Amino acid sequence: MMIATRRLELRAGSRTLVQDLDWRVAAGECWSIVGRNGAGKSTLLRTVAGLRRPDGGDVELHGRALSAWPLEQLARERAYLPQARSDAFAYNVMETVLSARHPYHANRYWEHSDDHHAALAALAAMEVDHLAARDVRTLSGGERQRVAIAALLAQDTPLLLLDEPANALDLAHQVRTMGLLSRLCRQSGKTIVMIGHDLNLAHSISTHALLLMGDGRWHAGPVDDALQAPRLSTYLGHPIDAIEHAGRRIFIPLEAPHD
Amino acid sequence: MHPVPPPLRQRAVPILAALLCAAVASLLVAGMSGSIAVAPGELPDAVLQVLHGRPDSLAASLLELRAGRALMAFVTGGALALAGVMMQALLRNPLADPYVLGISAGASVGALFALLMMCAAAVVDAAALGGAVAVALVLYLLARRDMRSGTAAEGGTSMLLLTGTILSSACIALVTLMLSIAPEGRLRSMVFWMIGDLAGAPLRALPWIVLAAALAYALRNARALNMLALHAEAAVTLGVRVGAVRKGLFFVSALLTASAVTSAGSIGFVGLIVPHACRFAFGPDHRVLVPAAVLGGGSLLVLCDTLARTIVAPTQLPVGAITALIGTPVFLYQLHRLHK
Repeated sequence: MMIATRRLELRAGSRTLVQDLDWRVAAGECWSIVGRNGAGKSTLLRTVAGLRRPDGGDVELHGRALSAWPLEQLARERAYLPQARSDAFAYNVMETVLSARHPYHANRYWEHSDDHHAALAALAAMEVDHLAARDVRTLSGGERQRVAIAALLAQDTPLLLLDEPANALDLAHQVRTMGLLSRLCRQSGKTIVMIGHDLNLAHSISTHALLLMGDGRWHAGPVDDALQAPRLSTYLGHPIDAIEHAGRRIFIPLEAPHD
Repeated sequence: MHPVPPPLRQRAVPILAALLCAAVASLLVAGMSGSIAVAPGELPDAVLQVLHGRPDSLAASLLELRAGRALMAFVTGGALALAGVMMQALLRNPLADPYVLGISAGASVGALFALLMMCAAAVVDAAALGGAVAVALVLYLLARRDMRSGTAAEGGTSMLLLTGTILSSACIALVTLMLSIAPEGRLRSMVFWMIGDLAGAPLRALPWIVLAAALAYALRNARALNMLALHAEAAVTLGVRVGAVRKGLFFVSALLTASAVTSAGSIGFVGLIVPHACRFAFGPDHRVLVPAAVLGGGSLLVLCDTLARTIVAPTQLPVGAITALIGTPVFLYQLHRLHK
């Protein structure tokens, strides 16, 4: 079992976001986490990434409690894409992506050529190789996001945790990035957990979905079962319709009643 | 094929070799200039005599006199620049500087209090460290929330600078208070300590030990510094013990500041100018930035001090005045660039 949570509890201040979450993610699965703003999606992902402690229960990776993993070893197992980033210094794109090779350096002072190869391949996969020499602070939001995903790929871990990977990407890059993640799952056997607000993209590439209500309730299951119009309407707090089109399920938010 | 920046590793050796030459050159310039100049022709012989510990000629005696002061300037400048680099990585803010953020002022409060209580020299040093650590701690606790929410680079900057300025004023108020209640006999030593230019500073081993240890620590953690500067909290997911590195940076930068302030009084802006110039010239990678800032900071302060004692000779200016005159425009330029 790649990720297993036992009776996991997440709180924000006095609010309980998630309660008694027993969630199992097997290797090779692609999960989407869906829920309203503030439902605890990012909190859950940060907890699984090891950036914050659970407020109750525990999280295991490969059957070993997260806190029992040495940090460097854990960094070769899972990569994490935060929702937002701020760049304080003028690092260039290449340096930013190379930094993701940190867990492979042990105590060496400089990177090796294999790190450069990994970084270049990741830049090419995200179509940002032409930006390699640019100062990251001069990139557009979408370019910066693609560089961040390239860094994630260069880290080359079996488990990828992504907080809104499609953020700031244009339509073409959204589709291409999602296609790439889907291929990583299906062909390279990577395990992916991501947060996204686009239900159509989530349904087309995920194998499973986890819905969070934000008051402790949750629902996890295979994507066709989890992402159904009535359930989504409840979890997202807005009436949603679903239609089947060319073998895909398309979700349509219904118009708010005019008053 | 798109242009890929060459690996820094290839440029590191020439960069550091050039800076090392600059450092030696700055020390020689400091040895040659003064009310009685040493001619370049006399230099090799004089240097040899000083190194053998038998300065016989006039040139050699002058060189020995000036060397002590120049070496003190070098170690102070190196320490301040390294403290600046560390604090900037810690706070993820290129405007962080021990002087601007009030850490130097905190060290002054500690040291003056120890002088007021007529403590021994070692206690004065320890008290300066205590003051520096206390201010750094308050600053860090207040800035922590901004760092966590990831706003440190934007709105957090002004917050951090305001906090530092306020802490600095509070420390200066305490200093003024202590000076006003100090008995006549102790006032003189306290004021001399405050002005603390390099004129009277005896050559001591302690600042060199502190600088060497801090440099070793920074080089060992140079990659972790990069991770912290790039990814903040998320560096944990790349295998960096963020908590431990932050605590280390914090303590070591306070130690460097305290060491610099005890040897030379509060000299401002070196920790700001030097890292800024080095980043501009060599890039932000700490594996080169750390040694470059130490060499650059040392050379800069040696040159500034030489300027301070020769520009309106025989009157000697406090070296802090010169660094502040250079530092203020650099600071303002950086601040306006950040808020662009």
